[in-house]
Amino acid sequence: MIRMLVPLGIFLALVIMLVAGLDTAEERKLVASPLIDKPVPEFTLPGLFDSNAERSSSDFLGQPWILNVWGSWCWACRVEHPFVERLGREAGIPLVGFNWKDERTDALEWLDRYGDAWTAHVVDFEGRSAIDLGVYGAPETFLIDHRGIIRHKHIGPIDQTVFDDLMRRIMALRSETEAS
Amino acid sequence: MIPELGQISLILALVLATLLATVPLYGAWKNDGRLMAMAPSLVIGHFVFALMAYLVLTVAFINHDFTVTYVAMNSNLLLPLEYRLSAVWGGHEGSLLLWILMLAGWMLAVLMFSRALPTAYRTRVLSVMGMVSIGFLLFTLLTSNPFDRVLPGPPDGQDLNPLLQDPGMIFHPPLLYMGYVGFAVAFGFAIAGLLGGKVERDWVRWSRPWTLTAWSFLTAGITLGSWWAYYELGWGGWWFWDPVENASFIPWLIGTALIHSQAVTEKRGAFPAWTVLLAIAAFSMSLLGTFLVRSGVLTSVHAFANDPERGLFILAFMTVITGGALLLYALRAPRIMAGDGFDFVSRETALMINNMFFAVSAGMVLLGTLYPLVSDFMGWAQVSVGPPYFSAMFILLMTPVVMLIPLGPMSRWKQDGLGRILKPLVISAAVAIVAGVAISASLGAWSARAITGWIGGLWLIFGTFSYVRTALRGRRRGLPRHQIGMIMAHAGIGVFVIGVAMVSSSTLQRDVRVEPGQTVEMEGYRFELHEIASVKGSNWIADEARFTVYRGDEELYTMAPQKRRYHRSGQVMTQVALRPGIFRDLYIAMGEELDSTTQAWSVRIHIKPFIRWIWAGALLLALGGLVSASDRRYWRERRSEARGEVPSGTATPGGKVPA
Repeated sequence: MIRMLVPLGIFLALVIMLVAGLDTAEERKLVASPLIDKPVPEFTLPGLFDSNAERSSSDFLGQPWILNVWGSWCWACRVEHPFVERLGREAGIPLVGFNWKDERTDALEWLDRYGDAWTAHVVDFEGRSAIDLGVYGAPETFLIDHRGIIRHKHIGPIDQTVFDDLMRRIMALRSETEAS
Repeated sequence: MIPELGQISLILALVLATLLATVPLYGAWKNDGRLMAMAPSLVIGHFVFALMAYLVLTVAFINHDFTVTYVAMNSNLLLPLEYRLSAVWGGHEGSLLLWILMLAGWMLAVLMFSRALPTAYRTRVLSVMGMVSIGFLLFTLLTSNPFDRVLPGPPDGQDLNPLLQDPGMIFHPPLLYMGYVGFAVAFGFAIAGLLGGKVERDWVRWSRPWTLTAWSFLTAGITLGSWWAYYELGWGGWWFWDPVENASFIPWLIGTALIHSQAVTEKRGAFPAWTVLLAIAAFSMSLLGTFLVRSGVLTSVHAFANDPERGLFILAFMTVITGGALLLYALRAPRIMAGDGFDFVSRETALMINNMFFAVSAGMVLLGTLYPLVSDFMGWAQVSVGPPYFSAMFILLMTPVVMLIPLGPMSRWKQDGLGRILKPLVISAAVAIVAGVAISASLGAWSARAITGWIGGLWLIFGTFSYVRTALRGRRRGLPRHQIGMIMAHAGIGVFVIGVAMVSSSTLQRDVRVEPGQTVEMEGYRFELHEIASVKGSNWIADEARFTVYRGDEELYTMAPQKRRYHRSGQVMTQVALRPGIFRDLYIAMGEELDSTTQAWSVRIHIKPFIRWIWAGALLLALGGLVSASDRRYWRERRSEARGEVPSGTATPGGKVPA
């Protein structure tokens, strides 16, 4: 009888793990908050196509911009990709791809395969700057205003709802920039 | 108005499923013939309403009814009709509807083809399947309603994911779902057996053709998916070990174990509890797979949070179905009869080894797939378990399987001698080794992987045919269908192994920059690019690279890969050009435009030897399963036996093995 309960025990352990996954997923959203309304941590990082072409966080001052964290190993990035492409076309502000903990060849191959949605690229292969940014896991999307302040952060893939929300916020940031 | 009819149909189907899951089941328990007699009409009604809901959604797609949110999200005015029809299952909500329709269809099939089963038993099977359907209908209605409306509707919809706008994609999900859902039949049979209090050889024999059919559909579905990924993703790979693929592969591995353990349990009465457990596991893994994929749980742990309602429902539903089944198993399995004993060297042992390897492989894939979830839960660093883990583990686990397959059919039940099993296979082994080395040498594929692949594959094929010789000896009529099916399947694995070994060892790949007028040479082929042209499809525009392929001076083919941009979503897709062949495929995919003035493009050219063998082998497997399932033995014996059986629902706990 005891032996026969083993499969049930294993199954229940799996369920508990999944439930806990649900719970911590809610907590994880809170991780985002400390950085909101703080200046974006300073970074200078190499480019993706050309490692000599460095970009700094200060390059984008003066206009709102989007920082999208991705990696070729990141499965969810494939899922959000159509929406990232739409962001690139419809947002009208720089969309910076932050390639995280990746290999250059993998990342380039990924771009070949799924298309390049971003207007600029930086790479952080060791993940140092990502720690400053408080990147929890890819994909993540930051909205940064024209003064370099992080105004919003979304953890997880972008879907239709998130996309609509982001677009609303982007439009607000753009009009804010024009007003100032 | 019409979409509301779909909604109403779903609700009615739910009502009927609820009735089916309770009233006839109660009747089976109390041995009340009138209550049990309700089951057939409930099953038919359930099917009719599920079909109705499905048709309503289809009509909404045909008519571009964008007031239906799901249609607006997955279709648009430019989408061709065939893709509008397949877009019905292109998203989460619609694919659930397809699931429900197929489950209803399988239930109808059980009703029609299992007339000869004892009434109480058949009723229990249908009731259990009804319970499964309740879960899906509730899930659909409460969290993922495909008939939700937006009023006023948008003038035009978004696009069906261009990746899915492909003929291969029309048939892939339905086949896969047929397999997934088909395991619900084996699950129903097992649970009905447990409920009835006796799990005997009967239910196993009855459920064998169903399990085989479901398994064949699953095999075909996975094969089609692999083939689709090969030409559609533009990467030249045929298996990526990504969560979506794994989600279909885990039930397949368990299903493979199940069809073999069913054979032992039916013929010899051995491992009955294990067979029940596998039947539960196969379906539970199908559930887990469908949900993990469809709910987006696995794409990222975070996606879970995007729709906690859906996630919670999934967990609750799985807990009820699988947890309930396992609880029932724990309560009833001790009563299951024990089979006859057997010696260490016997067919029972052979099949036990088979089960061990397949169960461990399934566990290994499950672990790798859920690993990101586990590590996240435990707070470990983000470690992705990639193809290297899967490939290494898989080669390790499947090499012994390949070596042992030909031995299995040769062995006898109960007891046997290793010498007797091996004797007829010695020649096959010798021929396989010699021929394997010779073929590898003649192909110039002089790597360990290619050589072992050829030897392993030929060993499977020759070993299987030496079984045919042994089996035909002293037999006037031909082999029975279930054996022919087994032979096809085992030889199919041989073909598959050769394909995999050749593709992974001898694929040639080059990334080159070409301009119109330039030529690329590879392996004796010359690829000449004439021009880069702009072409238009109904809902996309594309750059098309027009190549002519020569071998020596002979002009072989023209090939025209494309880079498409879809109007509606703006998504860019690579459309590869393929020239399939029995011994090699030519494959061209366009990369990026490098220089717009000279029209230089980066282009990837592959020459893939024997890749068709992978799918040919897999199709042989699927076909073998179907041929086995069609064996009259399962159907005829059932009738004669059912006539002898008293159609009563009285359960006899701890029933004995019928002689």
